[in-house]
Amino acid sequence: MGKRSDEETADGAEQLLDLPRLLAERGVSRRDFMKFCTAVSAALALPATFVPRVAQALDDIKRPTLVWLEFQDCAADTEALLRAANPTVAEIVLDILSVDYHETIMAAAGHQAEEALAKVVKEQKGKYIAVVEGSIPLRDGGVYCCVAGRTALDTARQVCGNAMATVAVGTCASFGGLPAAAPNPTGAVGIKEAVPGATVINLPGCPLNADNLTATIVHFLVFGKLPAVDSHGRPLFAYGKRIHDNCERRPHFDAGQYVEQWGDEAHRKGHCLYHMGCKGPETYHNCPTQRYNEKTSWPVGAGHGCVGCSEPQFWDAMAPFYRRLPQVPGFGIESTADKIGLGLAVTTAVAFGVHGIASAFRHGDKSEGAQEDTDR
Amino acid sequence: MAEGGLYKKYVWEIPVRVTHWVNFLAIAVLSVTGGYIGAPETLADSPSQYVMGWVRFVHFVAAYAFTISVTSRIYWAFMGNRYASWREYVPFVTREGRQRMLDTLKYYLFMSKRVPNAVGHNTLAGTTYLVVFMLYFVMILTGFALYGQRAPQSVMHKLTGWLFVLFSPQGMRLTHHLGMWLLIGFVIHHVYSSWLMDVKERGGVMSSIFSGYKAVRMKD
Ligand code: HEM
Ligand code: HEM
Ligand code: SF4
Repeated sequence: MGKRSDEETADGAEQLLDLPRLLAERGVSRRDFMKFCTAVSAALALPATFVPRVAQALDDIKRPTLVWLEFQDCAADTEALLRAANPTVAEIVLDILSVDYHETIMAAAGHQAEEALAKVVKEQKGKYIAVVEGSIPLRDGGVYCCVAGRTALDTARQVCGNAMATVAVGTCASFGGLPAAAPNPTGAVGIKEAVPGATVINLPGCPLNADNLTATIVHFLVFGKLPAVDSHGRPLFAYGKRIHDNCERRPHFDAGQYVEQWGDEAHRKGHCLYHMGCKGPETYHNCPTQRYNEKTSWPVGAGHGCVGCSEPQFWDAMAPFYRRLPQVPGFGIESTADKIGLGLAVTTAVAFGVHGIASAFRHGDKSEGAQEDTDR
Repeated sequence: MAEGGLYKKYVWEIPVRVTHWVNFLAIAVLSVTGGYIGAPETLADSPSQYVMGWVRFVHFVAAYAFTISVTSRIYWAFMGNRYASWREYVPFVTREGRQRMLDTLKYYLFMSKRVPNAVGHNTLAGTTYLVVFMLYFVMILTGFALYGQRAPQSVMHKLTGWLFVLFSPQGMRLTHHLGMWLLIGFVIHHVYSSWLMDVKERGGVMSSIFSGYKAVRMKD
């Protein structure tokens, strides 16, 4: 095992801490710790041979500072992180980080709290990690979300602009989320759009899965860089596969067994929710494998179709949640694509039928027959 | 009426006819399978069956056949005879062409008694086929974009992923779905017009798409 310091000093980003002792204090055995390292390696899609490396990296870790900003949000991502009844190893890894600012959980308040934030930005410029929860309103100079007299945009520019990396947790911080749903009264956007210069990794989801946050941070601690991302800035280890392709109900999809009404026989048997508007076929997230709440369950597992919460603008783009296809714009609310299509087909048939009857009765048409053309 | 001087003229070359019928079969198969994909009902009583699996498989095989056929027809629009040429689809770019389109429209609207005889496509039909080809492109592009979603790092997704800038994921599915109905609407009109022109022109249009030959009057 690597070097560790036995005395903990209170400050400094460079400080080493004694993880085994910390774990022992929390009643976590070495065995549980190794289990955790295995689980995180698996979540990151690393081969099993990496497990010792992950364990060693966590033992040796220097203590980076983390600040957690909340803007237009519902605190569900904080909730997702804190929900656990028992202290989990994941929480302890977050304890490895020195969380210097978190509005919901910190003891300090008012000016004291804001000073702590200003101190981090000043003294650890380019070395700390910023976590952002919630969207940032841009309209009317950003007045719709102010903390400590400053607009969210102002704070974000300063804190995220000077951070080593910014982790956007949840869909609001990633893409604007619910506050950005049409008509987006506050002009809400995600952090990358608000502060284009910042190094941002998006962990969308409503809420995000805390395991993915842990894994991203572990990746960062072990490899010293953020994991590879897709075109929406989401890490591939968590958002590289489609829900539909890992779903436990998929055999029923392929077989042709669908829930056709809530609570019907098929619903009780756990058949596929495609017919009921499940958006699993258009959503990328590791819910089916990682699951929520200590891997207890996830929406489709619990019998509700996926609503595509980890996709940009899901509230508008994935609507309607309980139907496969949206309404055709410009037609009444009860008109589905198929009703309109069938109407179109029948109208065409009738129109040409009438034209045909009329044509059959027309006499005296002049036809010379097509003439051979030699030009061109 | 021109009785004398009629002869059989070879109008539709083999690639035109083959792609026409491959497209027809593919669209029929794609519409039936697509209809099931769009609004599936339970057809299996055990999860070890593979109804939707096969339906999708058939949809994708037909999709490839359709795409290859459409591409071949486009190639032939540059290589084939003048009746297969892309110019047949854009009669409206010349004054003469626009005049003929007007004449044809008048005939269809019972405003004129002069049958719009044409050796190749009649001008309105040619223009309609341009729209149909646009629909083909929409179906192929949205189809492959949907297909590419299963593997977001794949070549297919890299080629079609840009479409998701234009369409939301749901809008993409809706467009693909509505395209099917537009094609069905076209076919109803198309078969009717072919029949009408067959009867009125007496040039054997209907059989021409099978045989390639039409009855054409010698140049006087
Ligand atoms: C004229 C041609 C075509 C017709 C009429 C057609 C029809 C349809 C219809 C009605 C659907 C259901 C859409 C929905 O409700 O969500 C569908 C789905 C689909 N089609 Fe097509 N399609 C055609 C061509 C293609 C082509 C060229 C491809 C290319 C691979 C393709 C790939 C797909 C895919 C991937 C899906 C979704 C399947 C799934 O999510 O499991 N289609 N098609
Ligand atoms: C999915 C169904 C169909 C589609 C999308 C379709 C489309 C087309 C297109 C694009 C052309 C132009 C050919 C070219 O330049 O390559 C054409 C020609 C033709 N089609 Fe079809 N077709 C369909 C079905 C049928 C059927 C069922 C019939 C007859 C029963 C038919 C009869 C004809 C005839 C007679 C022509 C040549 C007439 C002309 O000069 O415009 N088609 N069709
Ligand atoms: S429940 Fe949803 S994600 Fe699962 S197989 Fe059915 S459509 Fe796909």
